[in-house]
Amino acid sequence: MMSLAAVQSVPTNNVAVRGGASSGQPVVQEQTAGTPAHGAHPRLETRALSVRYGGGAVGVADITMPVHANRVTALIGPSGCGKTTYLRALNRMHDLTPGAHVSGQVLLDGEDIYGPGVDPIVVRRRIGMVFQKPSPFPTMSIYDNVVAGLKLVGVRKRSVLDGVAERSLRQAGLWDEVKDRLKTGGRDLSGGQQQRLSIARALAVEPDVLLMDEPTSSLDPKSTGHIEELMVELKKEVTLVIVTHNMQQAARLSDYTAFFYLGALIELGPTSRIFEAPAEERTAEYISGRFG
Amino acid sequence: MKANRAASGQSGEACAASPRRIVPHAIYRRLGDRVFGALVLVLGSSIALLTVAMGLVLYRQGGAPIVRDGFFGFLFQTTWNPVTGEHGAWPFVVGTLITSFGALSIAFLPAIAVGIFSAEYAPRRVAAAINYLVDLLAAVPSVVIGIWGIFVFAPWMRDTFYMPAFYWARESAAWLLPVLGTPTSYNILTATLLLALMITPYTVALTRDAVRMVPREQREAAQALGSTHWEMIRMSVLPYARGGIVAGVVLSLARALGETMVVAMLIGNSNRLPYTLFGPAANMPSVIANEFREAVEPTHVTALMAVGFYLFLITFAVNLIAAYIQKRLNVGGRIL
Ligand SMILES: Nc1ncnc2c1ncn2[C@@H]1O[C@H](COP(=O)(O)OP(=O)(O)OP(=O)(O)O)[C@@H](O)[C@H]1O
Ligand SMILES: [Mg+2]
Repeated sequence: MMSLAAVQSVPTNNVAVRGGASSGQPVVQEQTAGTPAHGAHPRLETRALSVRYGGGAVGVADITMPVHANRVTALIGPSGCGKTTYLRALNRMHDLTPGAHVSGQVLLDGEDIYGPGVDPIVVRRRIGMVFQKPSPFPTMSIYDNVVAGLKLVGVRKRSVLDGVAERSLRQAGLWDEVKDRLKTGGRDLSGGQQQRLSIARALAVEPDVLLMDEPTSSLDPKSTGHIEELMVELKKEVTLVIVTHNMQQAARLSDYTAFFYLGALIELGPTSRIFEAPAEERTAEYISGRFG
Repeated sequence: MKANRAASGQSGEACAASPRRIVPHAIYRRLGDRVFGALVLVLGSSIALLTVAMGLVLYRQGGAPIVRDGFFGFLFQTTWNPVTGEHGAWPFVVGTLITSFGALSIAFLPAIAVGIFSAEYAPRRVAAAINYLVDLLAAVPSVVIGIWGIFVFAPWMRDTFYMPAFYWARESAAWLLPVLGTPTSYNILTATLLLALMITPYTVALTRDAVRMVPREQREAAQALGSTHWEMIRMSVLPYARGGIVAGVVLSLARALGETMVVAMLIGNSNRLPYTLFGPAANMPSVIANEFREAVEPTHVTALMAVGFYLFLITFAVNLIAAYIQKRLNVGGRIL
């Protein structure tokens, strides 16, 4: 595993166990990393993470939560509650938003990605992102789209690129549909195929973590099903954080669910518990569809 | 609103009974569509007709030498002498090609660079300053640039560059002399340089706008792969914007072809081929602007008209090429 930079290493096995819904603190009902529930440990962890936008708008405030390795963590909550804001803080996408300010820590394998000397470029290579809107590069062929990230790091060898293209497209469940037209434009694909192409492109650089912001919200049920299967398959190799407005989707495929409300983390826990016995009144209300 | 009132007038009671229903009946809404469509059609086709009519009039007025010498005969004839009644367009065609392509090749790389810089790299204030200057430069009347050229730029260029270059060439590079020629204040190089200055704001503005039109998702997709700023520009911004950028360059060429005032003031007005860099020359707009007042002979007038007709054809073709390029290279505008 490559290091982000020469940064002081922070021990990973001390996720705060926070409880007490009444205290106003989020309910983070979690095991410490040393004794995880299913052998998982936090690959990613945020501590007191806050994001403010220019003009003083608060995106999220004081989020402390772990993201476990090889698990799917779903972020749910009503529109505007800060899910996208939180997700984009995890791979430093806010660096590019004028006026946005991030405070707190995001630890990737114990290293703060906002620490001094950390190159955001390297962070984004390890923590990939798939957006709500499929965004293949329109002038590139399917093949070139998939290997775009590798070419950035200087991989030029044809055999390597070919291998990665096939592996990534297979992982994204797109190989069979496009293997005969890899040289054609990525724009000629359907929306669902384009989204899987975006996923393949993100996977090609072998990220440790993949962030997905409502990856299926513009897709039909069939493509959605496809991508959901894909996510379950993918978690063998990567850690997934997804934002979704679809409760069934969160319940179906995530291992952990985090409920956000008004920029705050209200509750985090194993998905089954969040959906069956939420500790917080607002979580229960949101899940049962009474607001949001 | 008018349609609505008409609707309530016709469907009478029904509408009055439901005052909250402000949407007019479908038939009137479709009527609105029709009216708008017809209006657009009339306006659009009248512009097209006007263009065609302009070309026709130019041809009718200036057709005589073209009919006499043939389309290419007039074009390639190298002598233009109103006194003897010889009229060939070639010296001006050559002058136009040199000034406009010269100006374009001087201006386009720096202009594209400035456009990309102001859209991508410049801090907000610097970008605002650049945009202001560019707009200002575009707004300066060309006669003002021309007068500045005549009284400031041209003498300065002659004293600072042309004369030293000429003396140097005479001493040590005599083979260059036929290209350079004897320095005069008003010459093809000065005109081309000022023309380059004049088209720069167009290329800058069109490049900048094309770059700004690149959707955020495209940029973020590249950045999420771990690209640096420049890699992002190369990977997603430029491919996306290339249609707009190239079309902007071609449109700047069209402008260079047609720009008259500055060239007419600074090119020196000589139709004697071959032209030299430091010597006077003429091009198609400049000959029209400079000679139409003295043109008393009907043949002279028609020949000037004919030159105008060729210029019209050339700019028309260049604009078509720009549109074609934009269409071929454009990737924006398609959903998903
Ligand atoms: N670029 C920005 N500038 C200023 N404020 C922003 C910006 N982006 C988001 N916000 C604000 O931050 C808050 C959180 O927005 P965010 O996009 O994270 O919500 P979300 O949970 O992803 O919502 P949705 O479910 O609708 O996508 C909102 O109040 C929003 O108005
Ligand atoms: Mg969002």
